[in-house]
Amino acid sequence: MSGDYTGFILAAYGFSALAIICLIIWIALDSRSQKRALADLEARGIRRRSDMKRDATVEGV
Amino acid sequence: MSTVATGRPGRFAILANPTRFLELSGKIQPWLYALAALAILTGLTLGFMAPEDYQQGATVRIMFIHVPFAWLCMMIWTVMALSALGTLVWRHPLADVSIKAAAPIGAVFTVLALLTGSIWGRPMWGTWWVWDARLTSVFVLLIMYLGLIALTRALDEPGKAAKPAAILVLVGWVNIPIIKFSVDWWNTLHQPASVMRADGPSMPAEFLTPLLLSAVGFTLLFFALHLTAMRTEILRRRVEALSRLAARKAERGQSEVAA
Repeated sequence: MSGDYTGFILAAYGFSALAIICLIIWIALDSRSQKRALADLEARGIRRRSDMKRDATVEGV
Repeated sequence: MSTVATGRPGRFAILANPTRFLELSGKIQPWLYALAALAILTGLTLGFMAPEDYQQGATVRIMFIHVPFAWLCMMIWTVMALSALGTLVWRHPLADVSIKAAAPIGAVFTVLALLTGSIWGRPMWGTWWVWDARLTSVFVLLIMYLGLIALTRALDEPGKAAKPAAILVLVGWVNIPIIKFSVDWWNTLHQPASVMRADGPSMPAEFLTPLLLSAVGFTLLFFALHLTAMRTEILRRRVEALSRLAARKAERGQSEVAA
């Protein structure tokens, strides 16, 4: 009986795996590029007034 | 936010401080990913070892991913609705970050819920799609996710999109009970709830255990991805603020040279 449905089951699991893997890769790449950009800015001596902890608002994030 | 500076902030204020949030979430994150992978793998393995359903045959295996995805697309919108309250009521600085980070993840799981449902529907119902209450309301949810993604990314200034996005999320939440109860309120091909029922789950343990494990696993995966995406969004806003600062400095430097 399972033979008739193998294609449907494989398609459902296959598409799901593909979409979730793409999502994970996208989130990981985005994270890496922002970390690099921040490190790059800091290397150029541009730093946040972070430790003053003055701006807890979204603007100052 | 004055509590942040006193050195002994309250529990809520700790999470309102993005730097503290980055520290905490960095520690939790790897555990979440590991637990998610463990639960998903165990759940799906048990699912493939379970016997075939007497009515649906082997296609019942699609349930172990379809139901968690459908559950997630509703839960993620609810998480965003709670965050929207955070934006509108408490002006929590991370609430808007949470909505923006969750929206694309929610959209992916909504697409997958529709897609796996469609693939399951073809052999069981004889059709890929019907415009009935359950399927249409989930399709509307997908459109709302896409609209929200556009809204949170349309404006350069992140603070400006925060309020309209929060309002859209709260108003759109009306759809969640509609999705949940659509199978009871209207005639539909879709089967009614089998797990979350007043009289307890109507499913044998050999199906229920893998289903619950898989649902817990994908839920943990969502929270892990959400944390990562929120951390990235905080960094992105820092990068943008610093780039503006750098541009202003460069401008000032140039005008001094010119003078």
